[in-house]
Amino acid sequence: MKKNLKPFGLLLFFLALLSTPLLAQETTLDPVKTSLFKWSLIIGGAIITLTVAAGAFCQAKAISSACEGISRNPGAGRDIRFLLIFGLVLIETLVIYALLITIIILMVQWGKYV
Amino acid sequence: MEELEHSLFLVDFFNKIFSRPLTSLLALIGIEVKDPNHLIPDHVVMSLMVMVFLILFFGLSSRKLKLIPSKFQSVLELVIQFFESLLVDIVGEEGKKYLPLVGTIGLFIFFCNILGLVPGFMSPTSKLNVTVGCALVVFVYYHLQGIKSQGLFKYLKHFTGPIPLIAPLLLPIEIISHFSRPLSLSIRLFGNIFAEELLIVIIASIIPFILPLPFMAVAIFTAIIQAFVFVLLTCIYIGGAVAHSEEY
Repeated sequence: MKKNLKPFGLLLFFLALLSTPLLAQETTLDPVKTSLFKWSLIIGGAIITLTVAAGAFCQAKAISSACEGISRNPGAGRDIRFLLIFGLVLIETLVIYALLITIIILMVQWGKYV
Repeated sequence: MEELEHSLFLVDFFNKIFSRPLTSLLALIGIEVKDPNHLIPDHVVMSLMVMVFLILFFGLSSRKLKLIPSKFQSVLELVIQFFESLLVDIVGEEGKKYLPLVGTIGLFIFFCNILGLVPGFMSPTSKLNVTVGCALVVFVYYHLQGIKSQGLFKYLKHFTGPIPLIAPLLLPIEIISHFSRPLSLSIRLFGNIFAEELLIVIIASIIPFILPLPFMAVAIFTAIIQAFVFVLLTCIYIGGAVAHSEEY
């Protein structure tokens, strides 16, 4: 009895997966709107990708130099850690601004403004 | 975003009780309510709940304090000590008097962020109104404390920098940087929590079963980090405002 339970549960899980509502998108093929939507997707993706690359590079540089500083002088670890967190927060804020701009670009219903 | 979120049960319940008297009160002032069933928005109800929880929980647990703490009391003392040590590190020994505001804002934001992970609730901090409120409180508070500790003229003089010759150059920069502080505080918190909830909603709309779990685990981490960052920046702003000019 217990042997059969496992495949049965797995089957139920996959059935449930199949029946999940996928994003049903109703496409109205107005060429002006679709081109605007396409451009907004491309620009939004480009913004967040470029910013994440730059932000990750800067955070890596900050962390690596902080690690070097701590390993050379462990006594100053407390101050360095504080400055590191502060700097990481400021870098992260800029990336989040870009993320918000991306979300705004993608969420605007462009059809209303054509 | 409205089409992605169904209306929450608690908000509907709250609206059913309170929207009638509030509508009539607003009508007394002369404001017409268009949609009385959705008068009170989600984030107001949720932040009220966090407020009531914080007041009841921390208020009741501070009733019977003992010199030798029980397990429960020592856990709560750890929380208070965390805020206190942060303030002492950044502001200095006199920073302990700013503990009430800093601790309250930190706990409020932390519980607001965490509340979004409970099913049937949402994070109040994923709306810009709540975060702007917190940031404006911090903005007004640290200016007031700076004026209180240094005097009005000395505090205003500290905007112009050390050298009088370049003061006209420094003054606009300082003013702009001070006004950008509440902006960056509020938008950072809002952006983090909003993006995280949006991510969970989108993932759950693709496969609602097991896939959102790792993202929710990351969300716990984000909630703690963001509350910490808000408190850290508040401490830094207060420390910068009340610092005496010889240290500056």
